[in-house]
Amino acid sequence: MEMLQVVRADGEYDSKLEPNLRAEDLTKMYRYMLLVRRFNERMLLLQRQGRIGFFIESTGEEATQIGSAFALNRSDWVYESYRDPGVCLFRGVPLKAMVDQLMANADDLGKGRQMGVHWGYKDWNLVSLSSPVGCRLSQAVGTAYAAKFKKDNIVCMTSFGDGATSQGEFHSAMNFAGVFKVPVIFLCQNNQYAISLPVRRQTASQNIAVKAEAYGFEGVLVDGNDILAVYKATKAAVDKARSGGGPTLIEAVTYRMGGHSSSDDPTKYRSSEEVELWKARDPITRFRTYLTKKGMLTEQADRNLQEEVENEIVSTIRESEKVPPPASLSMFTDVYAEMPWHIKEEADELMREKS
Amino acid sequence: MAVLNMVQAVNRTLRDEMRRNGNMIVMGEDVGRDGGVFRATEGLLDEFGSERVLDTPLSEDGIVGMAIGMALYGLQPVAEIQFMDFIYPAFNQIVSELAKLRYRSGGQYPARVVIRTPYGGGVKGGHYHSQSTEAYFIHTPGLTVVTPSSPYDTKGLLLSAMRSPDPVMFLEPKRLYRTVKEEVPEGEYLIPIGKAKVIQEGADVTLISWGPMVQTCKEALPLAAKENLSVELIDLRSLMPFDIETLIESVKKTGRAVIAHEATKIAGFGAEISAQISERAVDSLKAPIIRVAGYDTPFPYALESTYLPSPERILRALRKASSY
Repeated sequence: MEMLQVVRADGEYDSKLEPNLRAEDLTKMYRYMLLVRRFNERMLLLQRQGRIGFFIESTGEEATQIGSAFALNRSDWVYESYRDPGVCLFRGVPLKAMVDQLMANADDLGKGRQMGVHWGYKDWNLVSLSSPVGCRLSQAVGTAYAAKFKKDNIVCMTSFGDGATSQGEFHSAMNFAGVFKVPVIFLCQNNQYAISLPVRRQTASQNIAVKAEAYGFEGVLVDGNDILAVYKATKAAVDKARSGGGPTLIEAVTYRMGGHSSSDDPTKYRSSEEVELWKARDPITRFRTYLTKKGMLTEQADRNLQEEVENEIVSTIRESEKVPPPASLSMFTDVYAEMPWHIKEEADELMREKS
Repeated sequence: MAVLNMVQAVNRTLRDEMRRNGNMIVMGEDVGRDGGVFRATEGLLDEFGSERVLDTPLSEDGIVGMAIGMALYGLQPVAEIQFMDFIYPAFNQIVSELAKLRYRSGGQYPARVVIRTPYGGGVKGGHYHSQSTEAYFIHTPGLTVVTPSSPYDTKGLLLSAMRSPDPVMFLEPKRLYRTVKEEVPEGEYLIPIGKAKVIQEGADVTLISWGPMVQTCKEALPLAAKENLSVELIDLRSLMPFDIETLIESVKKTGRAVIAHEATKIAGFGAEISAQISERAVDSLKAPIIRVAGYDTPFPYALESTYLPSPERILRALRKASSY
């Protein structure tokens, strides 16, 4: 199976494969890549300083996030992964909503009920994240079925890591998607590791994309560090889904530059040589070289963008840190639509104890 | 007014609600062409077509996962899990996803799904077709759990379940599917979730039960009457939330409580009921609260009739409670 690549690691590109995108869209994509990179660096730092409890980095995977997000419409649905802050941001979620989530403060749209990186933003059709991987795939199939049933012209994308493909629920979802031929895009961000385990210990298959064949639909292998390739592959899958052609499995081959999470030490299970090898394939450096070659980005403009995203992040952190934690009683709401008597009793008891 | 058994009551209620609500979907294994292995969905495929009555691949986690995704987009799926004993591949979807979506999304994504599943023994089905594991689901914040014991209640509770804004586990006592018949009104009526039913009023002992065991309790009533025991029989109907007021009111009157369920005893829902009564009505109690339950073994095949609580076992418990 051939891997789709438009821009090589050195920034050289195949003009026959270039998607037809406007310069302003390309620079917007680049800006979001920078924003995600800086967001990752800053949030990890906040975790180290004890200002947020937990974080999961997605450094190195910016092209996959932004390239796929750009291929979707605003009305499409996404079951994103915890390594998708870029997808959320690109779809329009305010940076503050993301930082509020990490701080689990009173402004968090999830009301501080989940640990960090469990994104969920209804206004942007981003479904609230689960920690167990794989379980969201069949949900995405259900949403795609419902959209098709209602004759809405929307598609549903779900992204997940290589580890998720080992779950039985991956099989169930792929199988249901094929049988019901729903407009769903399965985007596997193969970042080579599921915590400590390399992908060769997740599957003996030559790659992940090839698995689609067994479910009766197309699998596509794409260079996940090449934003134009990711966009192109996702756009093709989206167009196919929208026109009734059914599901696609995309495997974006990328690399998790950091640890699994803020609690992980990757030096225990992988070599620095390997990390260096992937550093040379960095998605942002590559896209910067491409844009520079195309005359769409100058050094000065690049510096300005970097400064801009840095300021945006710093001022957002300042804003989010002013927000108090959620009120104690908020713990008891939303278990059910209406509070049942036993939870009401417990809430009253807590109130009495506190007063 | 038609005389219906419980399967017919399920079937008619699903049909009526599908006619009323174009967003309602019925899905599961063999629910379409076959009409379900118990025939609860018979005729629905012909009337509503394959887009609304989905024969799914054989995968419980796929069924519930897909139902969740449909619900988030505004459909109202009623998923059938063929036997409650087969539900465990979907346990993660039910417990961590369906039950928690409203809460963990901060109220952004309530998931309105009804899961219907036959449960309980008495059909010579062995371990994999007989268990009563309602306690797992009652123990899961976010789920509503209901179980009818009659065709009349089946209709009223199923309608309430399908109109509930919360996910509902609708547990159908399969051995009563065709054994109990009664008049079921044609028109719409809802039995509120969370309300128990006092089947017989009495003065000496409160007998609390639900689902299939209500029938066994009813069979114990004439035996108790012969011994001049006045029993108040309560069918909980809703297990989560459960009707604490009716329970406590009754126990305060009788001073004695016997709880009968088919599920295994240790950490069964009877333990919770017992704890609630002792926390709230200890001053009224004249005797220890007694549980009659399935034995704490896996469900046996050949010895099923010995395993299931009988009217006689319930009578012995009533006698014991009254002996204090």
